[in-house]
Amino acid sequence: MSQQIAIGTLNDIPQMGATTVETPNGRYAIFRTRNDEVFALRDQCPHKQGPLSQGIVAGHTVTCPLHNWKIDLSSGEAQAPDEGCVNTLPIEAQPDGTLLLTLVD
Amino acid sequence: MKKKLVCIGNGMAGMRTIEEILKLEPDMYEISVFGEEPHENYNRILLSPVLAGEKTIDDIILNSAEWYTENNITLYKDEKVIEIDRIHNQIKSEKGTVLEYDRLLIATGSTAFIIPIQGHQLDGVIGFRDIKDVNTMLSAAQTGKNAVVIGGGLLGLEAANGLRKQGMTVTVVHLLDSLMERQLDKSASSLLKCSLEDTGLNFKMEAQTEAILGTDGKVSAVKFKDGSSVDADLVVMAVGIRPNINLAQQAGLQCERGILVDDTLQTYDPKIYSIGECVQHRGQVYGLVAPLFEQAKVCANHLVDLGYSRYEGSVTSTKLKVTGIDLFSAGNFTGTDDSEDIIFQDPSLGVYKKLVIEDNKIIGTVLYGATLDGSWYFQLMRDQTDISAMRDKLLFGQAHLGDSGHGDENHILTMPDDAEVCGCNGVCKGDIVNAIVKKNLFTVDDVRAETKASNSCGSCTALVEQLLASTLGNDYSASPAHKPLCKCTDLTHDEVKDEIVKQKLTSIHAVYEALDWKTPDGCASCRPALNYYLMSTFPDVVEDDSQSRFINERAHGNIQKDGTYSVVPRMWGGVTNPAELRAIADVADKYDVKLVKVTGGQRIDLFGLTKEQLPHIWADLNKAGFVSGHAYGKALRTVKTCVGSDWCRFGTQDSTGMGIKLEKMTWGSWTPHKFKIAVSGCPRNCSEATIKDFGVVAVDSGWELHVGGNGGIKVRVTDLLCKVSTEEEVQEYCGAFMQLYREQAHYLERTAPWIERVGLKYVQEIIVDDAEQRKLLHERFLASQDISQVDPWAELAKKPNSPQFKPLKRIAA
Ligand SMILES: Cc1cc2nc3c(=O)[nH]c(=O)nc-3n(C[C@H](O)[C@H](O)[C@H](O)COP(=O)(O)OP(=O)(O)OC[C@H]3O[C@@H](n4cnc5c(N)ncnc54)[C@H](O)[C@@H]3O)c2cc1C
Ligand code: HEM
Ligand code: SF4
Ligand code: SF4
Ligand code: FES
Repeated sequence: MSQQIAIGTLNDIPQMGATTVETPNGRYAIFRTRNDEVFALRDQCPHKQGPLSQGIVAGHTVTCPLHNWKIDLSSGEAQAPDEGCVNTLPIEAQPDGTLLLTLVD
Repeated sequence: MKKKLVCIGNGMAGMRTIEEILKLEPDMYEISVFGEEPHENYNRILLSPVLAGEKTIDDIILNSAEWYTENNITLYKDEKVIEIDRIHNQIKSEKGTVLEYDRLLIATGSTAFIIPIQGHQLDGVIGFRDIKDVNTMLSAAQTGKNAVVIGGGLLGLEAANGLRKQGMTVTVVHLLDSLMERQLDKSASSLLKCSLEDTGLNFKMEAQTEAILGTDGKVSAVKFKDGSSVDADLVVMAVGIRPNINLAQQAGLQCERGILVDDTLQTYDPKIYSIGECVQHRGQVYGLVAPLFEQAKVCANHLVDLGYSRYEGSVTSTKLKVTGIDLFSAGNFTGTDDSEDIIFQDPSLGVYKKLVIEDNKIIGTVLYGATLDGSWYFQLMRDQTDISAMRDKLLFGQAHLGDSGHGDENHILTMPDDAEVCGCNGVCKGDIVNAIVKKNLFTVDDVRAETKASNSCGSCTALVEQLLASTLGNDYSASPAHKPLCKCTDLTHDEVKDEIVKQKLTSIHAVYEALDWKTPDGCASCRPALNYYLMSTFPDVVEDDSQSRFINERAHGNIQKDGTYSVVPRMWGGVTNPAELRAIADVADKYDVKLVKVTGGQRIDLFGLTKEQLPHIWADLNKAGFVSGHAYGKALRTVKTCVGSDWCRFGTQDSTGMGIKLEKMTWGSWTPHKFKIAVSGCPRNCSEATIKDFGVVAVDSGWELHVGGNGGIKVRVTDLLCKVSTEEEVQEYCGAFMQLYREQAHYLERTAPWIERVGLKYVQEIIVDDAEQRKLLHERFLASQDISQVDPWAELAKKPNSPQFKPLKRIAA
């Protein structure tokens, strides 16, 4: 079953930045790109569990702050030559800016 | 409709240009490629190891048939172009294909020169240029016994070595008395000859070939002017190459030795570009791959109508790819009337090193037997670094400074395949060599991206460069003058900095727009660099873009492996007192700090704090009078001191007081990389000032100022900048030095490599010899300190509930 939960608004996240949300399945990083797209990824780098929410966001990738792996925000996949994948969750911004995160259990 | 691009020549230069075009504008052109050889594009350099039996043809294919299809490139292989019709913009092939072009790229390379002596048309007389030649040699080795190689240059020796390994008896015939005279001086050349003779090659020096003799149309012997002769079942002519310019000449394009091109690689016909071994640029014809790759980048830039980059010629270096022979040569190694040589020779070790110096700059080098420092010398040469300050140590190489984690392992060629090269990422020699060959890697960046070697601390970069050089026979690092800031631009650090000033760019996105960045948001390399350049250029206008800073600088703490942070309060000059210690102890208790540790810079580090705790602990520390220690930043870190004359029986000056003054002056300043200072009270140097970025050592008559030290991966002892007598002078020199470094170094370049790049003398001329400039620099330093000496902790402690520190929401199960 899945449920949609309002977690805040777009303006709570800096552009090209991230914030976090604690869920029953662990901490998720919520990213906002320069074009106001939002993505939700498990806040754990597939390499050594670095907090992706603390990385530098450019385009559709975030660079992990610990050892610079680059993770694709939409697929959660690490960019070659690194291999690994981090869980993603559906998230969307409503016209009024409210962010709806879909939790799957 | 797409424009039509036709490329004549399916070789290394042509396909590299096509690859560069596809990177920039994949959809601009409909591309057709003609190649006379019946193969896809392969790595010609590696024909020598194929001949030697160390690699196979399949190993050296660069662009597979699928690559052409995937990129919608029509390949006409085994099809020679025989005419260019510039009136109708058409080309014609020998098979009758006629194609129109909007732009034409001539990349026909060159052919082996065959001396037209008697017998040169006999069966079994060949050059060494392509797969066909290699196959001829391999089958000759099956049936015949004796081979003669005419020409003792690079190519000839590689051919000879290969044929010997295939079991033939090989004689190398050379016109002059020393081998590879275009790359080696006499001493290195004779060392080389000895080692090659040891492997079983025969040499006939100063020999003029008179004729090639044959029976039944097949070669049988080579006869010399002195009357002697040598039996031969195979004769390889390796006496030079001739650029393939016939086609261009027939079409009326200007040619001399090669097809003439300008700095954009355009020929005299604006629709026709040319690149590779067939061109002549500023009087030079190149016969190595590295310059061709630089040309390819520029040529592609113009073919896709970007039109801003220029090719200004290349400085080349050479390595011989004969397994077991270690040789490097670059630049003018014979010297000029005004040059001098520095030479190191140890015949029993088989080591010979020569540097040619003119005007305190390296203009050429020959290394034999120990080439680890080849790329370093080559870099100093291309950067035109003034080497007077390190002249006495130069020949011992960069490695004498030591690379932590590598011991003194610098004979990479003798390392076994399973020896670890990159200690950070655990990459072995064999992995790297395999990747270079199988994945077509040419630069250190390529190797980093593919294998992760040299991708972390970088201390193994020289070893990786060596592996590249010994595998590919050349140094492919783009010349540093053209080393782009990152993959998002072709501009260098310096070019970007200049444009920021010239065009008064004050935001990162203004830079991206004005300078045609390739990515809309940049990347994790260029954003922090630009943020720094903007802030240091216009400190009073530019707003710090915190999303472009590394997390440590955003969170004002060092991120640890488990995602927690460490907190280091500033302690001026390393001095503290019971009240401060009590406050720290209280904070440590209150926040349940996991570890309290004294750092290498004389501060106290509190470990294991979560991000949510940070603003609270900062507020508490602020209350006790502490400010941030910037232990996390590209900034002034700490000023380390010894107790000095107040307490120490050896002390000559008050080093602690001096240190505190310096720290009060410099704290809060952002620098290209971290910046460490230390002050010692006498030459016993208990605060280790001579491995700091700025080190002060008190002496009886005043203060010695030392700069450019580093205690990290590569230990570097400081250079003595000068001696001064008063505390005020120490401060002024320190401020001026920091400001010069801030204004001129590249982002993430520490003072040690910066000084090695620009030369100590340059720094002395500005800081020591020119009182006016020193004063101005110091004033600029103080002016920007006015703005940046704000305690970031105090600012952020005011907003503990910002989503930067707290989860936006906690969703209950
Ligand atoms: C054995 C060997 C070892 C070498 N080792 C090194 C080394 O260690 N380091 C180094 O830097 N360089 C080395 N080189 C030199 C390097 O290979 C060349 O500099 C490089 O390949 C030149 O590239 P290019 O594209 O200009 O020419 P090529 O690679 O020769 O490509 C030109 C292509 O155009 C084709 N062509 C010519 N005319 C026509 C036409 N009319 N129609 C259609 N096709 C045509 C040719 O058949 C050829 O395939 C070596 C070369 C050889 C032969
Ligand atoms: C010795 C002098 C000159 C030489 C050798 C020369 C050569 C050429 C060549 C080879 C072309 C390409 C033709 C083609 O695309 O088919 C060309 C194009 C052209 N030239 Fe010249 N030219 C010369 C002088 C001039 C001068 C003096 C002018 C203008 C006053 C001029 C204007 C042009 C223009 C407008 C084009 C067309 C450009 C295009 O196709 O985009 N040229 N020239
Ligand atoms: S450096 Fe000199 S003055 Fe300072 S503690 Fe050591 S011996 Fe004493
Ligand atoms: S603290 Fe420094 S030396 Fe120690 S493990 Fe970390 S990076 Fe390496
Ligand atoms: S934990 Fe993310 S790169 Fe290592």
